[in-house]
Amino acid sequence: MATAPAESQKTARIKITLNGEETDVSFAPYKTLLEVLREDLGHTGTKHGCELGECGACAVLLDGKPVLSCLLLAWECDGCSITTIEGLGSNGRLHPLQSAFANLGAAQCGYCTPGILLTAKALLDENPHPSRDQIREALSGNLCRCTGYLQIFEAVEAAMVQIAEWKKPGA
Amino acid sequence: MPNPTESPAVEVVELQLETDRLRVIGVPRRRVDARAKVTGQTRYADDIFLPRMAYCKLLRSPHPHARIQKIDSSRALAHPGVYLVLTGKDLPIEYGIIPVSQDEQALCLDHVRHVGDPVAAVVAREELTALEALDLIDVEYEILTTVSDPEEALATPEPRIHDYGEEGNIHKRVNLEFGNVDEGFAEADEIFEDFFFYQGNTHLPIEQHASVAIKDPEGKLTIWSSTQTPHYLHRALAKVLEMSPAHIRVIATPNGGGFGGKSDPFNHEIVVAKAALMLDRPVKIGLTREEVFYCHRGRHPVLMRFKTGVKKDGTITGMHLQTLIDGGAYGSYGVASTFYTGALQTTSYHVPRYHFQACRAFTNKPPCGPKRGHGTVQPRFGQEIQLDKIAEKLKLDPAELRLRIAEAPNAVTANFLELGTVGLRECIRRVVKISSWNEKFRKLPEGRGVGLACSAYLTGAGLPIYWNAMPHSGVQLKLDRGGGITIFCGATEIGQGSDDVLAAIVAEVLGVTTFDIRIYTGDTDLGPVDLGSYSSRVTLMAGNAAMQAAERAKAMLTEAVGARLDVPKERLRFADQRVFDSAAPEKGVTFHEAVCLAEARFGTVGTVGSYTPPRSPAQFKGGGVGPSPTYSYSAAVVEVTVNPVTGWINVPKIWIAHDIGRALNPALARGQVEGSVYMGLGEALMEEQEFRRLPKRLSHALVHKFPSILEYKSPTSLDMPEIVVELVEEPDPHGPFGAKEVGQGPLLPIMPAVANAVYDAVGVRVDEVPITPEKIVKALAEKKAGRAPRFGPTYFPDVDWPEPLRVPPPWEGGDGRAVNEVRRSSSQRKEKVLRT
Amino acid sequence: MMRLPLFEFRAPRTLEEAARILDGEGTSAMLLAGGTDLLPNMKRRQQVPRTLVSLRHVGGLKEAQLTPSGLRLGACLTLADIARDPRFRNGASALWQAASQVATPHIRTMATLGGNICLDTRCNYYDQSYEWRKAINFCLKKDGITCWVAPASSKCMAVSSTDTAPALIALGARVLLVSRAEEREVPLCDLYNSDGSDYIRRRPNEILTEVLLDSLRGWKSTYWKLRRRGSFDFPVLSVAAAVQLGNGGIAQDARIVVGSVASRPLVATEAAKSLVGRPLDEEAIREAAALAGRIAKPLDNTDFDMSWRKKVATEFVTYALRELRGEDVRTERQRLTRYPFV
Repeated sequence: MATAPAESQKTARIKITLNGEETDVSFAPYKTLLEVLREDLGHTGTKHGCELGECGACAVLLDGKPVLSCLLLAWECDGCSITTIEGLGSNGRLHPLQSAFANLGAAQCGYCTPGILLTAKALLDENPHPSRDQIREALSGNLCRCTGYLQIFEAVEAAMVQIAEWKKPGA
Repeated sequence: MPNPTESPAVEVVELQLETDRLRVIGVPRRRVDARAKVTGQTRYADDIFLPRMAYCKLLRSPHPHARIQKIDSSRALAHPGVYLVLTGKDLPIEYGIIPVSQDEQALCLDHVRHVGDPVAAVVAREELTALEALDLIDVEYEILTTVSDPEEALATPEPRIHDYGEEGNIHKRVNLEFGNVDEGFAEADEIFEDFFFYQGNTHLPIEQHASVAIKDPEGKLTIWSSTQTPHYLHRALAKVLEMSPAHIRVIATPNGGGFGGKSDPFNHEIVVAKAALMLDRPVKIGLTREEVFYCHRGRHPVLMRFKTGVKKDGTITGMHLQTLIDGGAYGSYGVASTFYTGALQTTSYHVPRYHFQACRAFTNKPPCGPKRGHGTVQPRFGQEIQLDKIAEKLKLDPAELRLRIAEAPNAVTANFLELGTVGLRECIRRVVKISSWNEKFRKLPEGRGVGLACSAYLTGAGLPIYWNAMPHSGVQLKLDRGGGITIFCGATEIGQGSDDVLAAIVAEVLGVTTFDIRIYTGDTDLGPVDLGSYSSRVTLMAGNAAMQAAERAKAMLTEAVGARLDVPKERLRFADQRVFDSAAPEKGVTFHEAVCLAEARFGTVGTVGSYTPPRSPAQFKGGGVGPSPTYSYSAAVVEVTVNPVTGWINVPKIWIAHDIGRALNPALARGQVEGSVYMGLGEALMEEQEFRRLPKRLSHALVHKFPSILEYKSPTSLDMPEIVVELVEEPDPHGPFGAKEVGQGPLLPIMPAVANAVYDAVGVRVDEVPITPEKIVKALAEKKAGRAPRFGPTYFPDVDWPEPLRVPPPWEGGDGRAVNEVRRSSSQRKEKVLRT
Repeated sequence: MMRLPLFEFRAPRTLEEAARILDGEGTSAMLLAGGTDLLPNMKRRQQVPRTLVSLRHVGGLKEAQLTPSGLRLGACLTLADIARDPRFRNGASALWQAASQVATPHIRTMATLGGNICLDTRCNYYDQSYEWRKAINFCLKKDGITCWVAPASSKCMAVSSTDTAPALIALGARVLLVSRAEEREVPLCDLYNSDGSDYIRRRPNEILTEVLLDSLRGWKSTYWKLRRRGSFDFPVLSVAAAVQLGNGGIAQDARIVVGSVASRPLVATEAAKSLVGRPLDEEAIREAAALAGRIAKPLDNTDFDMSWRKKVATEFVTYALRELRGEDVRTERQRLTRYPFV
């Protein structure tokens, strides 16, 4: 194990678009995006359950795609657009996925919820009408220990209907 | 009912139905903390960042069993960025959740008992620095003999893992006799003797334990922690830090899942508290997943022997249960767990004579403790499989057998448990119907099968962890001039929805919405004590306390409004944020006005409520484990497919009916049932807390096989079957609005139902969990070879049982006390008692 | 929280620059592509490179080119790219099935083809934190002297756990290795050693840049993966099979590869040879399955019981060959994988 003192200076620096906002951040160069979001940017909505890519709690969107922030060096995000749970709603309103999750009991302890919501958003952005199997598959990298997933699937389906309603011409 | 005079009776009835309708209770609703959770704003312990905050890491023992000879932390202390190094001598006072098992030290002073036992703590400016400095602490150990499992513990009295307990490495032995089972067996037409093994498993909350402690500006201690039991942590901190509890504030942050795994006071909590006090700066610790496996406190591995006598019609004549329990390295809740492996066998089916013997051994593994279904899951597995075997032998349908022998409502059992409502029969009938059981059982093609099992569970432990005469739960209610309502309660939100329960009950009583209510819970400074989120106690106990506080507030408002409106008090209704005359609903005031009227009349409007469970008739020693105000019931049918060559097992569908009394929020209630089924299915098929003993000639190592969330197999969204949930609602008079528990009970029938379904599919018994393809293949090979078609244990080792405590059951004139004198089982017996 | 150790980070823009850095740094540098294998290993201190050389910004490594003679796949294509690409659904279906079943959707979005081919071998005694490994006094693969899977063994028995390599070997793939000084093409089946520590013949200064596949006209292929759950888990047994069927369903050529039962993917040469010139009837399948099953010698260092994994190996070859001759084995596959789309 390394015995050199830890590098505490924030000698690394990147520019990212965080939830739509241009953001400059300096950080200790060994950090992953997860650590920089939580510790250097104060975005603690992104959770962690293993930091080894084995649970999905830290999922965020990198240029619209769900990735694990625990396995992504912050260095590597320079110039990228990142969406976290803090940026899911807009104009003071919850995203339909958030409303559906809240209304239908899809969040129990709530700890896996941010990662699941972002993953579900990426799914609905790419495929507005996923089947139950497609939802199950898309969320298969997010462990939830509380719900047994079923109310989560139902919430994604409810949000899907809600979004489709909004997109109807004249709606 | 008021008797209005001016309106025709029929209209009044309709009006009353409308005004008396429940508006919050029983309606599927967004839970009060849902918005925080879906926006990422819920602040879990690890989300707390404070100025000048330092990070703590623990150096853990690499040896399963050793004496600490020497610790030299000078190199670590000299490492740049390190503020403090603590060792056992800094925190020598022993603590533990149960008063008779005060056997833990925050940092081991001279004896490590499992790989992962903490021996030193480093506090540094950065977590990475603290981690690096761990390697600079030099510890010399004297290796002791490794004890890997209970049988080895029975055979290895020395060296002792603890210097207390029954003798050698036996922590606790129990021998309770309720009636003469030999007479029961003599009356029986058939006697069944079966052996089962339930493997250990763990909670695996997605949130890893974390704590942040500060010395607050006044010089007192505040700690935020992911704990299910802030009150018990409060007591442990006071004891170990030798401080007045009045100077300690424990704030239980919302838990990112608990399932029992955050119910003990933990070493890391005590360490950061001490460090924060010493450094006068905030100190955080966030455990890694591996460290969470070392905290453990999960399901005990249990070996069981069930001997049951039955009449031809299925009537049970007697039952003898023996359990051998792998406790791991510490007491934890183990004494209670030991009793729980036999406490509830009598609650679902009538057992006229019952003999229960249990033995918990210490081993050099992370300590076991309470996991969802605490201690009752393992014997339930055995009992329900044995019933399946009994039904087959008696040529009875397993559902029919259970309907015949189901215990009656309000019965007192052989071991003096007082039951409340018993919805077991209704659960069975419903689940049989919705699963089309009668068209499937023994009728599906080879490789497909269905299995049925039932269960019962406590709605709150009848006794507190430490003896006291005070309430188990308290609620304070504050009503303010703005019409706002604030609930203060020690109850802890671990994801189960305890905040929502409190808000729903108060909202219903006072006729407002849950959005009108603020809730402060889990904070020892702000709310009265609630014992914690364990034993499925919160809905009933904190719920009843909230109900009482709300009813008292309602009485004050009623009086004030009645006087103002000149309406008889019994005619006033609280609904839709108004207080009004039920005979003339347009006549009323807003809730806001009602509060102001009350404040003008009585002064500041604040009420309290509390709840103490009824006294149990089980007065024998050990009778404190098992009593509950009432019990929930479940029945489940599981369908499986089993590949006859590979043994590969799939579960396409599960049906479950749960007797909940009343669902306060049906959306959350269903979530609790589905979550229980999920966790049960994981235990049934894949979850396992497994250890590796390296070859003894080469190593003394005994390690967790793979302490990771990847190799501890928690089912994914793709592994989850369809679940059909039925809630059986027969309000129980003990519960608020009739509610009983739902958080744990529905887990219990899943594992035996899977086992019974495997038998229906391919004709082999797997008498242990997890039920894996390998075990099925081995059982199929036995079947093919003409031997007993099963996989599982074949014997129960000899245990030197103490003389049984003889408690005649109620129908033999028993009064809940033992007729023979309590004799110490061993002269060596010693309890680690609370020193306060 | 698990933390990475300190390292120097380099982000070259061109292959030449990357090769130059690698050449200069020697074994103390490691390539970072998706990071999903390397970063967990670094957090557990199994690998502690002084320098990380990121391939993220190196151009030209993310293309999939379909040429008349076959396919050229850039090593930095993600597994999700491959799983999504319809061009792999026919002859190369083993590849897309393998790629689709790696870990989880998130990891497939990040992980690359080259990274999966170069995946570090895995073992229950190795993929553990520094603290855990200290408790067993380490192992042969890292910092220790004993292989705890087989204490008498002088060789590390860690397991090849790549999904794509068995599939690609069954498809006859070659890989292109580029260093500062040279470029060489190696049949993928020759890339691996039977040694869990020294498992790959890529030299430390080489970059795996491309995977090359000849035309797969007339070939059918499939991939069967064994793991406990429907996602997350590494394979603990896999069978990739490819056959070129001629008139009358006679096998003209065949390849069978058994993965995750040894330190390298095992090519079942005898089993494949036994199929050639015969129709894929029950007898041929049984014979080939028995031959292929014989070479699988799993050890007790992954999930599941080793003798059971061996039994399933035979069964998997049977499923694969039945599928390749046109039988509908979707029920078996769905029950096994719980994955709805392969």
